[in-house]
Amino acid sequence: MSDHNYVPESKVGKWFNDRLPLLSLGAHLREYPTPKNLNYWWTFGGILTFCLITQIVTGIVLAMHYVAHADLAFESVEKIMRDVNYGWLIRYIHSNGASMFFLAVYIHIFRSLFYGSYKSPRELIWIIGMIIYILMMAAAFMGYVLPWGQMSFWGATVITNLFSAIPLVGESIVTWLWGGYSVDNPTLNRFFSLHYLIPFLILGLVVLHIWALHVPGNNNPVGIDIKKPSKDTVPFHPYITVKDIFALLMFMIIFAGFVFFSPNVLGHSDNYIPANPMVTPAHIVPEWYLLPFYAILRSVPDKLGGVLLMFGALFVLIILPWLDTSKIRSAVFRPLYRQFFWILVIDVLALGYLGAMPAEGTYLFLARVSTVYYFLHFLVILPVLGFLEKTDPLPASISEPVLTGGLSTSAAKSDDIK
Amino acid sequence: MSKQEDKKNRRDFLFTASYTVGAVGLGATIWPLIHQMNPDESVKALATTEVDVSQVAPGKSITVLWRGKPVFIKRRTPEEIAEVRAVDLKDLKDPQKDEDRAKNPEWLVMLGVCTHLGCVPLADKGDFKGWFCPCHGSHYDGSGRIRKGPAPVNMEIPEYEFVDSNTIKIG
Repeated sequence: MSDHNYVPESKVGKWFNDRLPLLSLGAHLREYPTPKNLNYWWTFGGILTFCLITQIVTGIVLAMHYVAHADLAFESVEKIMRDVNYGWLIRYIHSNGASMFFLAVYIHIFRSLFYGSYKSPRELIWIIGMIIYILMMAAAFMGYVLPWGQMSFWGATVITNLFSAIPLVGESIVTWLWGGYSVDNPTLNRFFSLHYLIPFLILGLVVLHIWALHVPGNNNPVGIDIKKPSKDTVPFHPYITVKDIFALLMFMIIFAGFVFFSPNVLGHSDNYIPANPMVTPAHIVPEWYLLPFYAILRSVPDKLGGVLLMFGALFVLIILPWLDTSKIRSAVFRPLYRQFFWILVIDVLALGYLGAMPAEGTYLFLARVSTVYYFLHFLVILPVLGFLEKTDPLPASISEPVLTGGLSTSAAKSDDIK
Repeated sequence: MSKQEDKKNRRDFLFTASYTVGAVGLGATIWPLIHQMNPDESVKALATTEVDVSQVAPGKSITVLWRGKPVFIKRRTPEEIAEVRAVDLKDLKDPQKDEDRAKNPEWLVMLGVCTHLGCVPLADKGDFKGWFCPCHGSHYDGSGRIRKGPAPVNMEIPEYEFVDSNTIKIG
């Protein structure tokens, strides 16, 4: 990389950098050679960093007013909403921020799926990303428990009971998770502790995620290896920073739209009823971002089977780099994969919709079909496709189709995707 | 045995012994950090509840809280008892006679917790004149036995006894 020989101009800078090369790191991040053809789907990394920081900052502030006790939690959240100066704003940013975080992470993941960003040599970036995603779900779930409303309580009950499906030790694990014989004050207390911890674990993993990214460099819409630095790359700053900031501003408009105009539309009104261990709400649904997994859980008529399949849905994602046998990264040059990609998108959206509907009749049947297709995509279609598919020819470099004037169909398609 | 081999064996022994002591020490350090999350003695001490059931009319039920979980106490009518006792065990997912579930046939005392994922089933609902869990659609009969849906086993019968004809001690 070009910044290995970086020498600060000032004497103080040089003195500092010789002892701790933070300025070299800064120079590396500024000059980091980035493919010049990155489209707006590549701006979600920056957006996600913004989401993480927003959640941490608003979360630390909320923790100054929140009381993690079964008798006081609900009241303290209401106090935040009504009495604390700007408490309503900070809490609405935090609760909607979770949804925005997942919206961005889903786009980021599907970007990766479309352009094959998980393939060699970027498998570790993908796996670290999946661990981050799983930790995000854990953090979101525990955060949802903290207001101690009806949905909090019963969501906690249902999710922790998933572990009771484990043969022999399941019940002991659940009792251990609860710290009692039901979800109660000890459960709330430890969830608060872990909810505070996980974002910092995520932050650490984000550093590893970016570190692992900076070794091979970014994938790009064409999906071919590029020389760096070369005429195929631009320095990260100012070219990518400006593009990222523009995309972030667009994203923040949507974010602010939720916070200021419909802050509760993504939540469930039952969570404004204090937790009651005697009554389960009639329709218990998780937050929208967990619905596809919930649909998979419910589509199996067996307890252990449902739980295994739900965790299996995550596991196939983790081993995805070895399930996809095609050497071609970008779907732009994979005419068949491109179609299966969009079918998968529809399938996951369908699972999300079906997860919110009652598990009976046609809904249940469709949920089962969608579940089967989800696994079919990863376990059968992707491995087989690599051998059967006749891929389109790759350009020799990013610059080739642009600079030679003869715009190949592939490059035109990559423009369409923007 | 040469002197060198002797030394090597002694070193191997020292390594193995050190690793073993280290592993035991590590385990002894981690265990308190894990066990602290288990229910403590004060939680366990609250494990019995006495309930006065003199006000419960036949065909009605009450729900009481025991160890943070609801317990259904149902006073069944003779018809209800006859119906659940007439069920063929072959029709059951988790075969269990009603006689084994209700010591006193008139009283059904069970944990009101769905064995699927822990929701509280609704009374007098479902396809089997018993309970229905709204979360994931498990149907229980008038004896609290699973008949349809994802729940694997019948609703649990806690330990209980009749202290006198009007009082049930749970736990």
